Amino acid sequence: MTAPPDPQSQSHWFLLGMRGIFSLPAIILMLSFVGFAAFTAEAKVPVDQVMFMTGMVWALPAKVILVGSMLSGAHIATAFLAVTLSSVRMMPMVAALIPEIRDRRTPTWLLLIVSHFVAITAWVFAMEKVRDVPRGGRVAFFAGFGVTLTLTNIVLVGLVYGAVSEFPPIVSGCLFFLTPVYFLTSIWISARHRVIYWALGIGLALGTIFAVVAPEYDILLAGVIGGTAAWWGERALRRREAAR
Amino acid sequence: MSFDGLWPYIYIAIAGWLATDLWRWAGVIAGNRIDERSELLNWVRAVATALVAAVIAKLIVFPTGTLEASPLWLRLGAVMFGGLCFFIGGRFRQIAGIAAAIAFLAAGLVLLGV
Repeated sequence: MTAPPDPQSQSHWFLLGMRGIFSLPAIILMLSFVGFAAFTAEAKVPVDQVMFMTGMVWALPAKVILVGSMLSGAHIATAFLAVTLSSVRMMPMVAALIPEIRDRRTPTWLLLIVSHFVAITAWVFAMEKVRDVPRGGRVAFFAGFGVTLTLTNIVLVGLVYGAVSEFPPIVSGCLFFLTPVYFLTSIWISARHRVIYWALGIGLALGTIFAVVAPEYDILLAGVIGGTAAWWGERALRRREAAR
Repeated sequence: MSFDGLWPYIYIAIAGWLATDLWRWAGVIAGNRIDERSELLNWVRAVATALVAAVIAKLIVFPTGTLEASPLWLRLGAVMFGGLCFFIGGRFRQIAGIAAAIAFLAAGLVLLGV
């Protein structure tokens, strides 16, 4: 027997997702956006355009590249290429998240809308927390978190833009460093498969190497080559263990 | 480029929004076809993790802004000290690890006068 769908529980999970705004990852991301607001204010990009791109693009690395292109007066096609290369990583991230959050009845159009709110922070948060949510409530939970996080940061950027003309260097340095350190701890904690640790280690090493030898495509190359190597190696070990 | 008029918004919509969301949509289409227990999903997970790891490595090894002027050993030392506190931190390991790494970095920046 299957339980009838409970409309109340959908809003319950959405609200619970919204509460994620008070979590450590959300606070760290907001601090990063304070840094981004300072960066755009210094670059003299108008604040309404900064808020617009925060909502429309959402992923922070893509926005940094977009602002860089705008400042250098790049052709729109060149900017598109640079941003789209930095955003290819969204595809495997979303593809890994979707099987975790959908159930058989989830309509694809809803997933297409919800996918807009995927960026590294929301992805790491969702991969970690969504396990504790019953499958039927996972899309609502993620939507609650993602929508709230995005809207909050649009408002935050608008509010702090005028105020953060210049930080003392130590503060901006520490703000910057929060992001990688937080990502590292979160990926470690949320890993459920041995292959994740392998991919993390190899990705860190190859990310550094490719940043030197192929800076245009470093993230992409490190991801595809490093991820494939981690997967292949872990699978080989798994098979040897199974054969024993 | 000029920041006046409608053009910057069109620029942001095409070179920013479309350039990014195209890949998110492709991820939905791909993810919808993947079985949750398949070997393919294992590979996708590994690639996604390695991509994020590469972003992390770049932020640590090649930072922009203030940290550009800081020595690499300080940043690596901060990550290692944070990792040490993370692994002995028990229930509060995430906060302990992050706080330790930032404290190490801040202390180093002060001492070196960066």
